[in-house]
Amino acid sequence: MVEQVAQMVVHGEAWTIKDLFVLPNEYVYWSIQIVMYPYMTGLVAGAFVLSSLYHVFNVEKLKEIARYALVFSFALLPVAMMPLMLHLQQPLRGIHVMMTPHFTSAISAFGIVFMTYACIVGAEIWFVYRKFFVESLLRLEAKSERSGFESLLLLIYRVIALGARDLSHKAIEADHKAVKLLAGIGIPVACFLHGYAGFIFGSVKANALWMTPLMPVIFICSAVVSGIALCIISYAIFMEIRKWAARRGKSFLLPDAVAHGEHAVDVDHLRSVQSHEVTMTAKYLLIFMTLAITLELLDIIFRGYTAVKSWDILRDVIYEHDFVKIFIMQYGIGNLLPFVILLLPGLTVRRAVLASLLVLFGVFMMRWNVVIGGQAFSLTFDGFMHYHLPIIPHDIETFKEGLLGALMVITTPFVIFYFLNMIIPAFMEDRDTH
Amino acid sequence: MKRRDFLKNTAVFVSGVSISLSALEFIDPKELLAANPKLRWGFLVNTYKCVGCGFCVKACKIENDIPLEAHVTRTWVERYVMTKSGETIRDCPNGALAGYTSKLLDENASGMRLVPDEEITQAFFVPKLCNQCSTPACVQVCPVGATYQTGDGVVLVDRKWCIGCGYCIMGCPYGVRFFHPIERVADKCTFCYHRISKGGNTACAQACPFGARQIGNLRDPNDPVAKAVMNERVGVLRSEYGTKPNVYYIGLNEEVR
Repeated sequence: MVEQVAQMVVHGEAWTIKDLFVLPNEYVYWSIQIVMYPYMTGLVAGAFVLSSLYHVFNVEKLKEIARYALVFSFALLPVAMMPLMLHLQQPLRGIHVMMTPHFTSAISAFGIVFMTYACIVGAEIWFVYRKFFVESLLRLEAKSERSGFESLLLLIYRVIALGARDLSHKAIEADHKAVKLLAGIGIPVACFLHGYAGFIFGSVKANALWMTPLMPVIFICSAVVSGIALCIISYAIFMEIRKWAARRGKSFLLPDAVAHGEHAVDVDHLRSVQSHEVTMTAKYLLIFMTLAITLELLDIIFRGYTAVKSWDILRDVIYEHDFVKIFIMQYGIGNLLPFVILLLPGLTVRRAVLASLLVLFGVFMMRWNVVIGGQAFSLTFDGFMHYHLPIIPHDIETFKEGLLGALMVITTPFVIFYFLNMIIPAFMEDRDTH
Repeated sequence: MKRRDFLKNTAVFVSGVSISLSALEFIDPKELLAANPKLRWGFLVNTYKCVGCGFCVKACKIENDIPLEAHVTRTWVERYVMTKSGETIRDCPNGALAGYTSKLLDENASGMRLVPDEEITQAFFVPKLCNQCSTPACVQVCPVGATYQTGDGVVLVDRKWCIGCGYCIMGCPYGVRFFHPIERVADKCTFCYHRISKGGNTACAQACPFGARQIGNLRDPNDPVAKAVMNERVGVLRSEYGTKPNVYYIGLNEEVR
């Protein structure tokens, strides 16, 4: 019996420290993975919106990064589900959300919105790359001797081309039209995908910090910000790798060089494309950042001004307990600093990347402050709960909902992207695709 | 038959069958039998009678298989101490499982606190349990319908269907829900549904030596609980959330949330 006493740790107890009066069942039930969930869906939605800026609104300057953003958004997609699976107490039953959705719940929309979105992104990629698929298919079929890798690639292309081998002018035009239509539908769906993540929090009437109709809008804006920032960083890094690979002739890192021969990739050209795309995208980052910060500040100011019953405890949380996390880390380092860095004249790739890194950190802190901050106080408004992120796991729970689980979620999209890029070269330039 | 025709006919057949089958959903015989307009479970807590012994908490945990050593509970008792300076101090160490035997107030990380007797203006205990709300927030937010309201007004959790997302725990304004440490699904007070639906009493009400807790049928005008709700000055917790709670309190203070 004594041993059992030591082992009976209820969910949330391992990382929650209670202070003053907190109800016996109150713990930080939604921990790091629920911070990761809106963060990752935000990146998905943001990357997609960035790609749509080119496809729908014909922002020519974003042409190259748009295609990359689309593929990266697809790589991020399965990862948006990962934190939820790691968070669920019964992960094997996660499928029930799709099978028996209970439509009064905001979470039940997840299956439908997520699948719709996945179909749209998948279809858009298919139309963008159809010409490439068919060309690669024909090229590989024409080869008399194929390596193992090429045979596998041929099989994949045969399957995903879906037998649509028509490359006539009319067919390509139809592809372009379809891309535009899908990107157009995709924007509201992407916003819905993320806006509804905001709704999940904003509609919890029991939580004084979360409950505001602004929440979905704030989430969408910060999603676009984080998505663009991640695209800038990863685009710059991948281009850096490509430049390195092009110089050394490491064609396994350059799928388009495999397709078109070594001459297809030129280092100087890559450098100019990289610098142009990164600085242009940074401008759009600034626009969306302004919008996001305005809304977030509006929320805080409004709460302070109306000062309803819950404000007493919220003020303690915002201005005392979480002051460093909110005003220094989120607004200072995550918003103000990158804002200044981006506005200073003569923007270079390196500076844009640094600013984007800070922005990504800022958006992460915003998610943290919403999710963890919302659980930092008791329902009775009489006590506090401090969250301690488990760093070294000592059981499956502290692994899943600890630092390692979060790192797993962050690294997975890059692994997926690496393999996806083999089949769908994200950095391929104009001559092949829309 | 052409392929096009085949698909068309299939679509017509499937939609026709599903529409007529959906009628069964509207008139589910089981649902009709379960809905009992003559019964609505309610609960009455008389805070004047509670002495904070914690017998109810212990009885509940044993009856409902919530491990005694786990720091979660379906019902608990809070202690309120008000001072001359206008301060209200609350505590509830381990849900009052062991009862209140010391004057020391447990402020968790801030340590223990002793308020001198002469400073105290009033002190009392408030038992808490699930309010079995008429419009429960937890049922609304459950993404898979694993938590539901019975025809007689009790909110239950289907342990075989709960995915353990915790949304209901977040959605409940009263903090009555938690994750069962062994079943790993959401758990809450059921008014001892397995006992009351067979004519029994709830474990907590039965264990209470002073009759501070009472379960009853709010639709029966002769029921003692329904009578008390009608004739006495009672209150409910946190009505501002619009959940319409069905646990009524005699002697409810403004400080109790």
